[in-house]
Amino acid sequence: MSPLHHYLIFSALLFAIGLAGALTRRNAILVLIGIELMLNAANLNFIAFWRYGPHPEAVTGVIFVIFSIGIAAAEAAVGLALVIGIYRHCQTTNLDKMNSLKG
Amino acid sequence: MQTTYFIIAGLTLGSALAAVSLRNLVHCALCLTVTFAGLAAFFLQLDAQFVGFAQILVYIGAVAILIVFAILLTRSEEGTAQPLVAGSWLVGVSVAMLVLGVLVISTLTSAAIDRKLPPQPDVSVRRIGEQLMTQYVLPLEVMALLLTAALIGAVIIALQEKKR
Repeated sequence: MSPLHHYLIFSALLFAIGLAGALTRRNAILVLIGIELMLNAANLNFIAFWRYGPHPEAVTGVIFVIFSIGIAAAEAAVGLALVIGIYRHCQTTNLDKMNSLKG
Repeated sequence: MQTTYFIIAGLTLGSALAAVSLRNLVHCALCLTVTFAGLAAFFLQLDAQFVGFAQILVYIGAVAILIVFAILLTRSEEGTAQPLVAGSWLVGVSVAMLVLGVLVISTLTSAAIDRKLPPQPDVSVRRIGEQLMTQYVLPLEVMALLLTAALIGAVIIALQEKKR
């Protein structure tokens, strides 16, 4: 199996791609996709550290990732509902055009 | 094992790059699905079977479909003429590169390089379930509450506004 730092560097790359997407894209849904990529990179780190840690027979890392996946699912649902709500209001998902709090 | 790692990593990173850079949003969502599948393969490779299948169920089965629905519901005619990225894209990419550099340097200089792989642990679903129902039962309940609140909140936010 690959050594631990392969997984860590892979997840750093994935995190950087997600961060770049979230910071540069104009579409709100693409920003959410970037955030999902970052969350997934963190999950992979959790699992890699759990597997290579001193006590992989304690399932703490797995449980943590299960909770993290649940939180990410809730975040995605609320985030996409917000995007749809804003789209109804402004007829756009372009973040550069959403510049007023009280529309 | 190394070859499998590099195949999965290349596929996943390529599709992740496509997911944040393509112009067509539906293509982005499909590439994101491939990325999630690659991550699930990594989880399976790291002996976390339950998490791998949960990743497939939750991310590919639910989150990706949700994103496709949102894309189709907010499809607008703002199309190809506009620039794809925000005006300050150079700043965003440099921040991401900076973060990547810091992460890679700190990984390569840490003690994680020469860590040996422990023997394969016994993580059956039965054991995870027992732990969830005994030691982690309070976080599980909090999680259920959070998911319920998120469900209700999402429905209320996305409800049709009343015509005044």
